[in-house]
Amino acid sequence: MNHDSRLLLLSPRDNVFVARVGIRAGETLRLSEQAITTSVAIPLGFKVAARALTAGEKILKYGASIGSATCDIAAGETVHLHNMQSDYLPTYEREKERFVDEH
Amino acid sequence: MNIDSHIDAAFEWQGYARQDGRKGIRNTLVVVYLVECAHHVSREIVAAFRDQEVHLIGFGGCYPNAYALRMLQQLCTHPNVGGALLVSLGCESMDRKTLAQTIRESGRPVQTLVIQREGGTRKTIEAGRAWIQSTLEALNDVPRVPMKVSDLVIGTICGGSDATSGLTANPGIGRAFDQFVQAGARTIFEETGELIGCESIMAERARTPELARELVASVEKAGAYYATLGHGSFAPGNAEGGLTTQEEKSMGAYAKSGASNISGLIKPGDIPPQKDGRGGLYLLDVVPDGPVRFGFPNINDVAEIGELIACGSHVILFATGLGSVVGSAISPVVKVCANPETYRRMSEDMDVNAGRILEGESTLDEVGQEIFARTLQTAAGAKTASESLGHQEFVLTYKSFAPLGPSCLPN
Repeated sequence: MNHDSRLLLLSPRDNVFVARVGIRAGETLRLSEQAITTSVAIPLGFKVAARALTAGEKILKYGASIGSATCDIAAGETVHLHNMQSDYLPTYEREKERFVDEH
Repeated sequence: MNIDSHIDAAFEWQGYARQDGRKGIRNTLVVVYLVECAHHVSREIVAAFRDQEVHLIGFGGCYPNAYALRMLQQLCTHPNVGGALLVSLGCESMDRKTLAQTIRESGRPVQTLVIQREGGTRKTIEAGRAWIQSTLEALNDVPRVPMKVSDLVIGTICGGSDATSGLTANPGIGRAFDQFVQAGARTIFEETGELIGCESIMAERARTPELARELVASVEKAGAYYATLGHGSFAPGNAEGGLTTQEEKSMGAYAKSGASNISGLIKPGDIPPQKDGRGGLYLLDVVPDGPVRFGFPNINDVAEIGELIACGSHVILFATGLGSVVGSAISPVVKVCANPETYRRMSEDMDVNAGRILEGESTLDEVGQEIFARTLQTAAGAKTASESLGHQEFVLTYKSFAPLGPSCLPN
């Protein structure tokens, strides 16, 4: 089964998709093996697990590791600061302030 | 600005001939404050020439710094610069005589005004404006000369990155870079701190094994430097834009370099060599050598642009996702917008809409071709968005560098 056209797979090695457009909460997403309903909005450019990932597994994007999962991640879940981290340097966050549009 | 589809690698235009043999695409006078205490006076001099090619640059520090002197020497003798007015308070450490001598020996008009000697603020402003007025007229006589793609040095940077930067604008610039290198231009990518995580794949593209080791070492140096500072080259906005880690940002940033072999490693102020009219791709190592001394390698994007220009860049290609508005003194900045939502909000600040790739309206190759053509139109005199809006940002801070190693520029 082909994946949703709103999701990009940048390299065949990757285990995350990238949202090509903003996707609203409650929409159904077609992954390669299954369809899921996302409970949260996925903004443009954000990552989505292409399959179930286990804690400690490398996150692959552009065919390269961009860090490791810090907990188990379900297929279709967004992959970001809450469930992965850098293998090099900690990521600095601003206190709960957002400039970007919420979708 | 309409893109002329006939612009290709054979495109030629009229540039400005400098006495040292280099060719410029702008004919700018720079007013240079040599310490923060001379900044206001310099700014007042420039303010009288708002719509003319008079730009303000300078160094704020009172303590001596060899890097800052070299940066100002390279910037004041940049091919886009026609002459320089140096403004000194009088008691600061900047070696104004050496700087003026370098500019004079390059064949450019130069004048030094020392505020304490001129008799204060008002008299220095008047003397400065008079010198600029007469020198602007003299600059009309700078001879014009045909220029082609192989005469260009082009730098690239990304700023205000989000998760779209690495999907559209950065690989689009990479495609344009491949065309420029093929056509004989010299291209520079930078920020070794934004290559953390890419060092091994990057090293595979080095022209020699010795250069490959230097490339890896430069990224390891950046990693150690940022680890000491406890902070990578990663702003909070990056995470809000969907980027999670430094290495994810790095992979996106790395795409700006295209697919050419890497010809060499340079440091701020080094001009990439051109042998037998061949083009090349160079990595600019912006992280200081030795122990961490003066803080962050570059405090913002503008500092990096200044370093790319000091390496001879005629034009800067700037990829942005969240939407940077900056331009620069001396060399025009072409803004390539990665995010289609940002482009709709800020189109007046942007030159190329690379985000249309995400909406299925264009391919990466088409965007690469547009960046290539837009760069050459800019070289031929067309104003970029940031030039039209009057952006002329500049910042220069303290740094220290060791000379390049022998393997950095293989034959």
